[in-house]
Amino acid sequence: MTRTDRLEDYLAQRYETFLLAWSDWRFKLGLLVVVTFVLMGTAGVMLVPKPAYSDGGKWDAPFAGTENLFGTNQFGQDILAMLIHATPAMLLMIIGGAVFATGIGALVGIVSGYKGGRLDEVLMTISDTAMMLPGLPLIIVIGAIWEPTNPFIVGILVSINAWAGTARGLRSQVLTIREESYVEASRVMGVSTPSILRKDITPQLLPLILVNFVMSGRGVIFNSVALYFLGVLPVQNVNWGVMLQQAYEAGAVTSPTLFYTILFPLLTIVILSWGMIMLSQGLDRVVNVRVRARHEGGPQE
Amino acid sequence: MNYYVKRLGRSLLTLVLVITITFGLTRLMPGGPVEYMRAQLRAQNPNLSTEEINQMVQAYVGVKPDEPLPMQYLNYLVQVLQGDLGRSTFYDQPVASIYANAIPWTLFVLGTALIVTFVISVTLGALLAYKEGSRVDTVVSSISVIMNSVPYYIAAIVLIAVFVTWLGWFPLSGRSSIDIAPGFNIPFILDVTKHAVLPMLSVILTGFGAQTLGMRGNSVRVLGEDYIRVAQLRMLPTHRIAMRYVARNAILPIYTGFIIQIAFILGGSVILEEIFRYPGVGFYFFNGISSRDYPLMMGGFLLISVAVVLAVLIADLTYGILDPRASSGGGDSEAY
Repeated sequence: MTRTDRLEDYLAQRYETFLLAWSDWRFKLGLLVVVTFVLMGTAGVMLVPKPAYSDGGKWDAPFAGTENLFGTNQFGQDILAMLIHATPAMLLMIIGGAVFATGIGALVGIVSGYKGGRLDEVLMTISDTAMMLPGLPLIIVIGAIWEPTNPFIVGILVSINAWAGTARGLRSQVLTIREESYVEASRVMGVSTPSILRKDITPQLLPLILVNFVMSGRGVIFNSVALYFLGVLPVQNVNWGVMLQQAYEAGAVTSPTLFYTILFPLLTIVILSWGMIMLSQGLDRVVNVRVRARHEGGPQE
Repeated sequence: MNYYVKRLGRSLLTLVLVITITFGLTRLMPGGPVEYMRAQLRAQNPNLSTEEINQMVQAYVGVKPDEPLPMQYLNYLVQVLQGDLGRSTFYDQPVASIYANAIPWTLFVLGTALIVTFVISVTLGALLAYKEGSRVDTVVSSISVIMNSVPYYIAAIVLIAVFVTWLGWFPLSGRSSIDIAPGFNIPFILDVTKHAVLPMLSVILTGFGAQTLGMRGNSVRVLGEDYIRVAQLRMLPTHRIAMRYVARNAILPIYTGFIIQIAFILGGSVILEEIFRYPGVGFYFFNGISSRDYPLMMGGFLLISVAVVLAVLIADLTYGILDPRASSGGGDSEAY
């Protein structure tokens, strides 16, 4: 088999996996939500002008006219424009945090599950310990002293112990895969451990790794918004958490007429988070279909 | 190694790690607490000698800047283990006494919320599994997913808007009303409960979804197992099958998720208590952050961590009772 053949083969397999996931309505809906947000963070930023203090009056009501669809805040800034211009930094945070948490988690989980023995024990003790640290206070303490501003770094900071759960989950999957006959065969043939991990084990885990990636991304949203809402991190640009905080401090929660100033950022966060859960549940089905097919002795890919 | 010894060892390891983290952050961060305290004390007391300043720094953060690092670490460790968490610069009180007053309230609110969440998830999940595919199943499962995508602090904001501002059913903040004298009587207990309901609800409403779905999935899987069919063929009584065969096996994976959630929920006290202005551990911890009161901040982090470690230890030890396989060590697989 030539290299191109193998690549084609690989792409065909991935495409089949994608089609399988696509047949699930939750995956479709989740993907739609996530793609919308990505468009908001890329094209939307170019189409919609930056929020400015002169967008409108103080607290213009939402849906009142063609301008300022979602109304304005106490500084006269357009809320919709703020929501859109906060998206790119949030996407960078999600990517930074999810890559960090999933990367470390996958490495630890796969090595630990495959190697077993003393290494497994050591790695799992470390993960269990990391899992027991109360995440939010730890993040707040480090964030308050360190004060990072780069979105990537913020993303990594807020997923500082999120890798541990991923590692645990992947390890238990690897424990079943390592007993499969083709892995056994590779080992007996003397294939090196890194090769086995890369070629025999990891491809099987890809959907599950993707599920974990999406869920870590959701964790990044939860934690980073919390940090900005509490005002722990220095603020450079518009941010959903900061919008929540400003609206909250201005009394949006105790005054029904101002509630819209907190409602829109709040809905944005919930919708993105819900979309990510839908996406991961749709992907989860792909994982489970494979497991089921294996158990029933059905066709393997 | 014995299961219980292992768990206990892990808890101790976590504690030492947490103390090391607070020490590291206090001492080693450039511009961190020690340097900050030193600069502040020097500005307030310009005519003191370096030695006197260093001693004051030690009184506040428990670290004396001119000692060699290992000595500093050892002294800090001993001091923390003796329950001395330093002195708050903001309240000018020992940190330990501030938190001693706050801990019961946090444990009351979050402990109750945690247990209620667990009970709801297990019952609801089992119920959905029995009614798999029905309309109730679809509706409740969808609601679970939606609630699970709401961060608990957002739930708190919405709950305040609805139940405090619009309906006026609950008070906004505090542990109890000022005009009711504390005591073991019905009005006071009712008042305290009223103040705690919304923080508890924020945790319960957003927390039950994931666990319910987990329990539902496990129960569905267990119901399809051969040993359930065998138990039915043996004509065992239904409640015995439901409790000993289905529930026990389905709860185990949930229980692990529950243990992980402990750290998450106790850590969440910071933001919840800040929103509800509920003077618990998280509230003072956050005060420490916003007023740059490092001893208060580190003490709060330590205490929340200790609470998590203890809660997880209790959960772990009871897991051993629930699943005898865990304490017997299980089948170790071959190492490659």
